[in-house]
Amino acid sequence: MSEAVTPLNGARFEGLATIEDAGLTGMITLRGNLASKEMKAAVKKAVGLGVPAQRQVLSGQGSAVLWMSPDELLLICARDGVAETIATLEEALKGQHFLAHDVSDARTYLHVSGAGAREALAKLCPVDLSPQAFTPGMVRRTRMAQVPAAFWLDDRGVFHLICFRSVADYAFGVLRDAALPGGEVGVYG
Amino acid sequence: MLILTCPCCGVTGEETEFHQGGEAHLKRFGPGSTDDDFHTYMFAKENPKGAHFERWRHNNGCGKWFIMARDTLTLEVYGTYPAQTHEPPKHIRDAITAKRPGWTWRAFA
Repeated sequence: MSEAVTPLNGARFEGLATIEDAGLTGMITLRGNLASKEMKAAVKKAVGLGVPAQRQVLSGQGSAVLWMSPDELLLICARDGVAETIATLEEALKGQHFLAHDVSDARTYLHVSGAGAREALAKLCPVDLSPQAFTPGMVRRTRMAQVPAAFWLDDRGVFHLICFRSVADYAFGVLRDAALPGGEVGVYG
Repeated sequence: MLILTCPCCGVTGEETEFHQGGEAHLKRFGPGSTDDDFHTYMFAKENPKGAHFERWRHNNGCGKWFIMARDTLTLEVYGTYPAQTHEPPKHIRDAITAKRPGWTWRAFA
């Protein structure tokens, strides 16, 4: 067996914000009718969480469920638990119209934290990231410079950011540039 | 810069988060149609000065298609609505009428 590595292989940058590779993480795309009781039961059984409301995230211990679109969720779990989680979903959703697919290797997962985290992201994304407008529990899929990205904020003030694996270097690079010392704007106080 | 709200995921964002996908409410003519019908479907597009209906996709967001009514002159966005409709809903038509009384766009008015 080959050993799985993240595309950024543990990269870390400390500037106005700290940008770091979040490490190997299990990610499962789950599509189907999010309103059905079978879907709710399946997600509960697989990761122990409910189905989040529109553009929201529900987080647990090492797991999370993200609302990605009206018929799509992203489940986050331990990397070595992906196969088991998918098996649980497939068993619980038998007979339903759904898709559960391992996308762990197709994504890059970053943490952006520190005092300048909001500002670094706001330089790259056309999103109001003021503390009043963007609060923990929200998921936002948007454009980060020239690539699509999704991010959410946890209760500790850490941004969790996901984008495609193929643009990992680019994503890390633009975030690092946005957080370079000397580039303070101070728009969020 | 257009500021619009995706009717599928509710995000209000600016136009670079989305992508335009051509004219809305087209009736398609495919294999078996007459040359005239196909030609009209393929090439005869509306190019109004004023209210216009376009398909847009939230391609950096939820990935869904929807329809936007906007003004090509003032860049005002009259509204967005789901793509699974055959004609603009009343509140969109009313919003256009408020700004451009007597407007027409193909068969709509």
